[in-house]
Amino acid sequence: MEVNEQIAIDHGLKKEEFVKICDLLKRTPNLTELGIFSAMWNEHCSYKSSRIHLKKLNTKGKKVIQGPGENAGVIDIEDDDAIVFKIESHNHPSFIEPYQGAATGVGGIMRDVFTMGARPIANLNSIHFGSPQHPKTKNLLRGVVKGIGGYGNCMGIPTVGGQTSFDESYNGNILVNAMTLGLVNKNKIFYSKAVGINKPVIYVGSKTGRDGIHGASMASAIFDEKIDEKKPTVQVGDPFTEKLLLEACLELMAGKSIISIQDMGAAGLTSSSIEMASKGNLGIELNLNKVPCREEKMSPYEIMLSESQERMLIVLENGKEADAKKIFDKWNLDFAVIGKTTNTKKIELFFDNKKVAEIPINILAENAPVYNRKWKKTKLPQKIKFKKDDFKKLKIAEVLKKILSLPNISSKEWIWEQYDHTVMGDTIQKPGSDAGVVRVHGTSKAVATSVDSSAIYCNAHPLTGGKQVVCESWRNLISCGSKPIAITNCLNFGNPEKEKNMGEFVECVEGINEASKFLDYPVVSGNVSFYNETKDKGIKPTPAIGGVGLIKDYKKMVTMNLKNSGNLILVIGKTEGHIDQSIFAINILNEKKGPPPVVNLFNEKNNGETILKLINEDLVNSAHDVSLGGIITAVSKMAIKGKKGFELNKPKVLINKFDYYFGEDQGRYIIEIEAKNLSKVQKILKDNSVHYDEIGLVTEKDVIIDKEPIIHIDDLIKSNKYWLEDYMDK
Amino acid sequence: MKSSVIIFPGSNCDRDMDVALKKFGFKNQMVWHNDPEIPKSDLIVLPGGFSYGDYLRCGSIAGKSKIIKSVIEFANSGGLVLGICNGFQILTETGLLPGVLLQNKYQKFICKNVYVKINNKENKYFKNIKKEILELHIAHNEGNYFCTEEEMKSLNDNDQIAVTYCNEKGKEDEQFNPNGALKNIAGIFSKKKNILGMMPHPERMIDKYLSSNDGNFFFENLIENLK
Repeated sequence: MEVNEQIAIDHGLKKEEFVKICDLLKRTPNLTELGIFSAMWNEHCSYKSSRIHLKKLNTKGKKVIQGPGENAGVIDIEDDDAIVFKIESHNHPSFIEPYQGAATGVGGIMRDVFTMGARPIANLNSIHFGSPQHPKTKNLLRGVVKGIGGYGNCMGIPTVGGQTSFDESYNGNILVNAMTLGLVNKNKIFYSKAVGINKPVIYVGSKTGRDGIHGASMASAIFDEKIDEKKPTVQVGDPFTEKLLLEACLELMAGKSIISIQDMGAAGLTSSSIEMASKGNLGIELNLNKVPCREEKMSPYEIMLSESQERMLIVLENGKEADAKKIFDKWNLDFAVIGKTTNTKKIELFFDNKKVAEIPINILAENAPVYNRKWKKTKLPQKIKFKKDDFKKLKIAEVLKKILSLPNISSKEWIWEQYDHTVMGDTIQKPGSDAGVVRVHGTSKAVATSVDSSAIYCNAHPLTGGKQVVCESWRNLISCGSKPIAITNCLNFGNPEKEKNMGEFVECVEGINEASKFLDYPVVSGNVSFYNETKDKGIKPTPAIGGVGLIKDYKKMVTMNLKNSGNLILVIGKTEGHIDQSIFAINILNEKKGPPPVVNLFNEKNNGETILKLINEDLVNSAHDVSLGGIITAVSKMAIKGKKGFELNKPKVLINKFDYYFGEDQGRYIIEIEAKNLSKVQKILKDNSVHYDEIGLVTEKDVIIDKEPIIHIDDLIKSNKYWLEDYMDK
Repeated sequence: MKSSVIIFPGSNCDRDMDVALKKFGFKNQMVWHNDPEIPKSDLIVLPGGFSYGDYLRCGSIAGKSKIIKSVIEFANSGGLVLGICNGFQILTETGLLPGVLLQNKYQKFICKNVYVKINNKENKYFKNIKKEILELHIAHNEGNYFCTEEEMKSLNDNDQIAVTYCNEKGKEDEQFNPNGALKNIAGIFSKKKNILGMMPHPERMIDKYLSSNDGNFFFENLIENLK
């Protein structure tokens, strides 16, 4: 088939990109070559719309061993231990085929982590669905949860945390972001840069099939009514093979035969081989007849573009092939020498003794298009003048119960009970907490991890929203007594060709960067997912931030459940009563306009560090950050988890009690302390200039708010517990 | 005391079991499914996981694997064989234990803490155990124990029901049955009580920083009884 402009456009390339390809090659590419270009130059692989903005991100820090640009980021957690981690989106495939889409998302991110030599120790996910009333939501949610569980459970890696939200902006584009943390010795990290010529290039893992061809291009396009036709572009997961691949790779990595290793993720053999060669400034030659294939008569085009899962590409030291093959034979996995590194700086493909493609690597990688797209700033919305008289009709207890039972606030136990969260025997804080915490096996250390996003704030004002979500991640890690170290981000946005969407991206990234710099909380890995749009309707900007923190002595870890009646409850950080964009404003007052709460990075840092001081002095019995639903929702969640009651009395401040209790001002925590420690706590707070309110105490079972009639804690438990279960199973 | 944990491709609780056995004093060895024989052992453990991916019926391929012949011989000669979760499924597939483990009644994988009551203490596993009700952890998709009426009669007649799901006070009620298992069965013995298969994972509950440490009672007692 002769390649022409129309075929290039059918491959998702723009007309001018096709012209550029022909110019760079000084000829028209053949079909295989065009396929390779389309795979390397799509948004998903080339980051062409995001690259210039991502460059600005704060990616350096004392604890950073590897920042963005590798399979995953790596941070130092002392004693030669390092954590490898990354979050990645699998949004488009999960909407088309929720089970396989989500499953292979989890499989893909785990491969990114163990490719670097790390054994995965924790999984998390951030999943977002359309309105609960939308006819597709229930099945999508069921499929995604089953898919995430199906893959992670079989691999034997605990899923320790996550986040689920519902919003009508996801009706046509759900979000499925999967995150994995792995543990590695910092002196034994593996990278993807190929070194040396004439080194054997090895293919290991599953055989190559026709699944997932053009998956990366599909993930770089908007959806229309023909979406079901895209099903064949979704990959099929095989967690059993991945488990074998994990064990086989780690076994091979224990020796010294690997020069570089790269998993075959998006754009399969194409991007993995080109990335390895490009990073090493080498060429690569592949004989496609040697690639283990699952189906007959696969063409070079199909072999290069397949996104079959559970495959790896390895550059080995010469002469180590036989030893390496033994390991893969033991695990019953394919092992084939399919090519070698060269000094040509070209990718050269052979099939049936003919050269079927020849492209200089720099054209594909460095010369890939980069766009500085037009974007529009989002103005900070005006504050809403709420009619405080309307509040008089409201009863705090009723509002609280309603908020606790909202889809975005209620318990997500129905979801996380389907994930194995205790395998590996080191999970010391389970899902449903501020952060998941796993011990570093055999040591006194533990890592805390959480994933957060705040699409409502980001939608109202992307710059503030970007900052806020980093701060929320930081607070979640602080709340369990860990020192936050670094983040990974999954940037889910609409169509970058629209100025508004592009502006949301640019400003969210700016916000993330500002907070990340101020908090010394660098970004070490991440992924961008654009084109989350269906028939002109895009999602709310949803950057998801995955954070990792270190607890040096896990015996000092703090949990959020209230412990003992008689203990005091304090709010740390100043309450201004900001209710615009709050759960209270949106769901109770039905007011969706206004600015998100202000983020004060100085207070954020100071308050967080002071909480850590209190925890280190053993003064904190429980802690939880204040986020959606404000102070009273935060205290209620601590009470629900601890099966305790509480008594609150609003301090004498000039703030309406609804604003006080439901406002979503940032930088705040709730802590429980013993009465005898009050003066010590007060001193530390004052010495560090941290504002605090003493608002109440823990009771056995009664919930009393400002002397109003008593509610039993079981009522709050019931309000919070059943929404999702009822929605899914009844 | 010597123990051996068999690793099948797809096993994923093998390390957890190894850690637990060693913690309580066993000299444990890991045995690969293709190894020709099992080293001399006082206890053989089939760990949890997804042997061979469990793409066919759970445990069915492991039940026909090379190593399993030695496990069956060892069991038939009176040796102690413990199967946890997938290990329990494998034991029913080999016929060493009666019945089958069907998909959970609510058709979902379920991972949570449960209470189980020990029904029979006249055996090496539970003799002298210091607690009647243990808080353990389940994590499975196929733990819904089922058997024929004759098999159930035989289980009852021979006191083979080992542990049953209950609440913290030991009440065995349908509402405390997480997966639909017949008679709330969480684990059963062979007739001679040398083989125990159970869905809950004692190896995940072995120190106070985890959500329970009742697994300690199980392992401490087991090694004591083997001495």
